[in-house]
Amino acid sequence: MLNAECRMLTTNQAADIFERIKKHSTADEVEVFFSGGKSALTRFANNVIHQNVAEENYVVSVRTVFGGRTARSTTNKLDDESLKRVVQSSENLAKVQHPDSDLLPVPDSCGASAREGSPSRRFEETAAVTPQQRAETVRKIVLIADKHKLTTAGIVSTSESVEAVFNSRGLNDWHMQTSSEISITMLAPDSSGWQKANSPNVANLDATALAEIAARKAIESANPRETPAGKYTVILEPAAVLDIVGFMFFDFGGLAVLDQRSFLNNRVGTKLFGDNINIWDDVAHPLQSGVPFDGEGVRRQKVQLVENGVIKRLVYARATAEKMKHSEHKDKVGLVAPTGHGFPLPNEMGEAPMNIVFSETPKPNSVDQMISSTERGVLVTRLWYIREVDPYEKILTGMTRDGTFYVEDGKIRHGVRNFRFNQSLIHMLSNVEAMGTPVRASGEESFDMVVPAMKVRDFNFTEVTKF
Amino acid sequence: MKDIASWALNVAAQRGASYADARIADDRSRALSTKNGKVGGASDSESFGVGIRVIADGAWGFAASDDLSHAAVEATAARAVDIAKASSRVKQRDIQLAPEKAVTAEWATPFQIDPFTTSVEQNIDLLLKIDAELRSVAGVTLAETNMNFRREEQWFVSSQDTNIHQTKYTTGVGYAAYAFAGSEIQKRSYPNSYGGQWQNKGYELIGELRLLENARRVGEEAVALLKAEQCPEGVFDIILDGSQLGLQIHESVGHPIELDRVLGMEANFAGTSFLTLDKLRTLRYGSDLVNVVADARQEHGPGLGTFGFDEEGVPAQCTPIITNGLFTGYLSSRETAHNIGMNRSGGTLRAECWNRLPIIRMTNISILPGEKPMTREQLVADTDDGIYLETNKSWSIDDKRYNFQFSCEMGWEIKKGKRTRMLKNPSYSGITTEFWNAMDAICSRDEWIVWGTPHCGKGQPQQVMGTGHGAAPARFRNTKVGSAYKGT
Repeated sequence: MLNAECRMLTTNQAADIFERIKKHSTADEVEVFFSGGKSALTRFANNVIHQNVAEENYVVSVRTVFGGRTARSTTNKLDDESLKRVVQSSENLAKVQHPDSDLLPVPDSCGASAREGSPSRRFEETAAVTPQQRAETVRKIVLIADKHKLTTAGIVSTSESVEAVFNSRGLNDWHMQTSSEISITMLAPDSSGWQKANSPNVANLDATALAEIAARKAIESANPRETPAGKYTVILEPAAVLDIVGFMFFDFGGLAVLDQRSFLNNRVGTKLFGDNINIWDDVAHPLQSGVPFDGEGVRRQKVQLVENGVIKRLVYARATAEKMKHSEHKDKVGLVAPTGHGFPLPNEMGEAPMNIVFSETPKPNSVDQMISSTERGVLVTRLWYIREVDPYEKILTGMTRDGTFYVEDGKIRHGVRNFRFNQSLIHMLSNVEAMGTPVRASGEESFDMVVPAMKVRDFNFTEVTKF
Repeated sequence: MKDIASWALNVAAQRGASYADARIADDRSRALSTKNGKVGGASDSESFGVGIRVIADGAWGFAASDDLSHAAVEATAARAVDIAKASSRVKQRDIQLAPEKAVTAEWATPFQIDPFTTSVEQNIDLLLKIDAELRSVAGVTLAETNMNFRREEQWFVSSQDTNIHQTKYTTGVGYAAYAFAGSEIQKRSYPNSYGGQWQNKGYELIGELRLLENARRVGEEAVALLKAEQCPEGVFDIILDGSQLGLQIHESVGHPIELDRVLGMEANFAGTSFLTLDKLRTLRYGSDLVNVVADARQEHGPGLGTFGFDEEGVPAQCTPIITNGLFTGYLSSRETAHNIGMNRSGGTLRAECWNRLPIIRMTNISILPGEKPMTREQLVADTDDGIYLETNKSWSIDDKRYNFQFSCEMGWEIKKGKRTRMLKNPSYSGITTEFWNAMDAICSRDEWIVWGTPHCGKGQPQQVMGTGHGAAPARFRNTKVGSAYKGT
């Protein structure tokens, strides 16, 4: 157990636990991952706080290696007996396996220089937020709902977390960060509006502004009309873009291509999207958040995934890169090298880029400009329940939600009943007519990323629902 | 454990809580998997902690900690009360709980073989044999298998003198074969997709499923799908296999009947429900053949929603949800039951683990089998022109649970009572009540299986929960088929 007076796990405490684990282990190599922290979430609905929670938890995850065999065991019990048991559990799982020639030794330390330039993502003001402060933020949101005669629901949350990795070759790395998030739904009798934002720094969140936008969307989409399904020009706000494009990034892992389960099978180096699509993975981007090292402790590199619509590179865990170099695909997938995007071992998924940044377009359009330039289209606030229909053509289905509007002759005309879409991501990113300035966006279907609003032609709505 | 809980309850009472409960949970799991002839993952995990839920100043507070020292438990209880008092700053009325009798009880999942006592080596060996069988089929480009065990031991103590010790076991197993060629990826899974079959059972489940015996067929079907005809678009009579019907129930009955959704408590994330309170006992949800229950009792079967008591100490119950087509019940809790005129909770408050607040969740939401004897083959023979759909591939439904679209791994054309040709990429869509009113046949008890849905997400912070769904193959008339590929 950690000292109750000083609950956040410290570097020294983690180092001490790692030394105790090493003493208990008979394995050739040992790797230990630490994660945990404090989090709190205040939830409101029907203009009252109805759920309000806080949690503290720290997890130690031990991976042992015996000559090409590896396994992991995890516990949140940090007493010596439990640490001994978790080591034995990991070793017992590893020893019964057949050796895997693809398994690499644990990585060496990256050295202090590799850590320079990592942005600080811990803000004391966020770590110190109290339940009373979260309740006060909710009260402000409820006042705005009351003012507009609406019903509101949502969350205000804050957290402080730590992730660390140590291994028996001397690698150790450490990351602390804070996070804050506000999500607001405003409900009218037959319509709704929504906004969400998060940031490591709570000072960057403006609950009042978010609530007013959500309220305006609910009011302006009232009395929604049924508009026939079909292909429309759509204006996707950043959260809607994030929710749908997020479904393709697991396919940018090298192992996904080796497994032939990626839509990028035989497509790396080809032009798949429009000239205006440029996508990076960059954990150090000022609008990004997250841990600067991967599941083995390898530092995450900045990687350009898409350049002017061409699939440029995949990301790689160390073992995947080695495997790719000796595979039949090696000459067809661009540069092959570890990029620091691996998941903790052992795993079946390999790696994925998780810090997506869309490049700024030379002439960004605001959402208002996109609306003004649209003869007939649909403005989408948010997408919902997105699932993959076809893995190779990357056809996704899902619904619009919480603020869907008909646009005609450059103006928002009225709210519309929500649509179901069945849309190929490949076609969508080939049909982007205009983009906004990329912003840090947050949705519910995919991880947070830096994305622009997009105006897309021929977006494929196939059905209309009842509201 | 009772001592630890009493530290929490005493501090909560001293700080002004009018109600408190403490859940101490010790959770253990094992996950084994293979991919293309190698071990993909081998991991054990355990998690131990306490979650303390209180009402103070008429509002809820919840705090959880992995530290079960005396000082830490008392601090966590004090934090829960502090949070509740903060909640009371934004309230309209005090929380009232439906009465529930105090109980002292022990309950455990019945099982024949404790899965954690089985040999890891032999389990990996079985998975590798299945993996090899899948890849022995020319054209299979990826084979994946998984085996999962979980043991959840929990002590629940409340300030209303309830004291329950409950232990649940879960076993899950499954595999999939993928075939990639040209510009197409096809997949077949067994016994179900997305992790296979999961039940509240011991290791005996593994032996019941004839895993190895089915592997070659599954691999062959994955490859055959590459050359199969595309499922046509149009309006057809369709037959859903039991696992797909289980997911259909989950999405278009299980979620809309959650009373917290109906009352707007999930509006920001999971959504609301078309089943507004005026629809209780007035809405014709389905045809006369549609009878659905929410049944958490052991006698219903080993579903992932089977337990002795829910996470606020209410005994497992059976609630009629749809009775001969009429909508007759919601999933409720002690806080929400009064909204539907009930003086007792339906016993559906569940939490993912010790560190999550219990919320209304599905238990086993099951359609009852047909009373008239009917096998799957007889149902196909009774269908003149239709499509048979097997094993879910994708699922999506709007946030009020009206419009849904599902696609399946494999379809079969039915002509004059016979399965004729394989169809790839079958999908169907509709509006919930229209769909259930179109059900005109369901197979009988021999075809009825309680399927497990192990990864249902709900709540903020999100919680993953296992739910059970008893289902048998059933037929739906005049259903829209093929929209998933329309216009793409």
